[in-house]
Amino acid sequence: MSFLARLFGEKKKTAEIAKNRLSLLIAHERSGAAAKADFLPALQRELIEVISKYVSVNAEDIKVHLDKQDNYEVLEVNIVLPEQTR
Amino acid sequence: MTRVVVVTSGKGGVGKTTTSAAFSSGLALRGFKTAVIDFDVGLRNLDLIMGCERRVVYDLINVINGEAKLTQALIKDKHCDNLFVLPASQTRDKDALTEEGVEKVLKELEHLGFDYVVCDSPAGIERGAVLALTFADEAIITTNPEVSSVRDSDRILGILQSKSRRAANGSDPIKEHLLVTRYSPKRVEDGEMLSYKDVQELLRVPLIGVIPESESVLQASNQGTPAIHLKGSDVSEAYTDVVARFLGETRDLRFVNYEKPGLIKRLFGGK
Repeated sequence: MSFLARLFGEKKKTAEIAKNRLSLLIAHERSGAAAKADFLPALQRELIEVISKYVSVNAEDIKVHLDKQDNYEVLEVNIVLPEQTR
Repeated sequence: MTRVVVVTSGKGGVGKTTTSAAFSSGLALRGFKTAVIDFDVGLRNLDLIMGCERRVVYDLINVINGEAKLTQALIKDKHCDNLFVLPASQTRDKDALTEEGVEKVLKELEHLGFDYVVCDSPAGIERGAVLALTFADEAIITTNPEVSSVRDSDRILGILQSKSRRAANGSDPIKEHLLVTRYSPKRVEDGEMLSYKDVQELLRVPLIGVIPESESVLQASNQGTPAIHLKGSDVSEAYTDVVARFLGETRDLRFVNYEKPGLIKRLFGGK
């Protein structure tokens, strides 16, 4: 860092930025949050099986979505029931 | 007992093969009967780095398929009498590499009285990389002080802890060693590069050494001479220290602090 840069207020060092980004990322990946999302397809399949016992639904009528916000996660399950036709 | 050491990283181009060549040569120089195996089926390069590419007749896949005896495929190193190279196949499909096959080869190496087997892992996290670490007793995680390399190393650590034989049968976990390569003390001092302490803090693996970024690595690979043989170079000394620490000796870290060039050096150049 040159003298002038020091005088006029130095920019944040990039190595520091790298470290901060990595520590967040690694903590997140180690917590298994990324791996946890692996269950979504299986969950969707089993939901279809269960719901099919009572109502006839198609695979595409069930949407499972996992959303992450700060430090909590939202599991959203959206089931569209077919219109009753008599 | 043969100790199996995998040199791995996840990311490519960080110095796995350079490290495998230097580290296995270092073990041999210390008197241990050592074999170094290239697991990068289809993209073999260890033979080039070791300078034995013209002597390759049989390879790992030939041995696994029973087309050649292990003793026929092992190439004696030109620098060390007690070092042998087992090249990867250049042509075969990666699927030819099987867990049973690798286990058989490792068992046979043990019968032949090898002290150490160094497994040079391919990049990535697929079959070859997983098989290279499956039977490991110790792992050298080669990491550059750079974001993608650190992240990939963390991923590989997860795989070591879940997919290895030691993890599967619940025995003592693989002993992990962090090796930071391509390190530039000046750029660290300038705040442009993660320090080895940062990398270690992030990955939480004991540090076995720091290899400085150096022109000698290219000089070594040009000639097919493992970098540890370039006497007097910082890379050679750094790898010699790594081998010593691996064998349980205490060595201070070298080549990690930037020394400002003195006036005379600045005037007359030189290193």
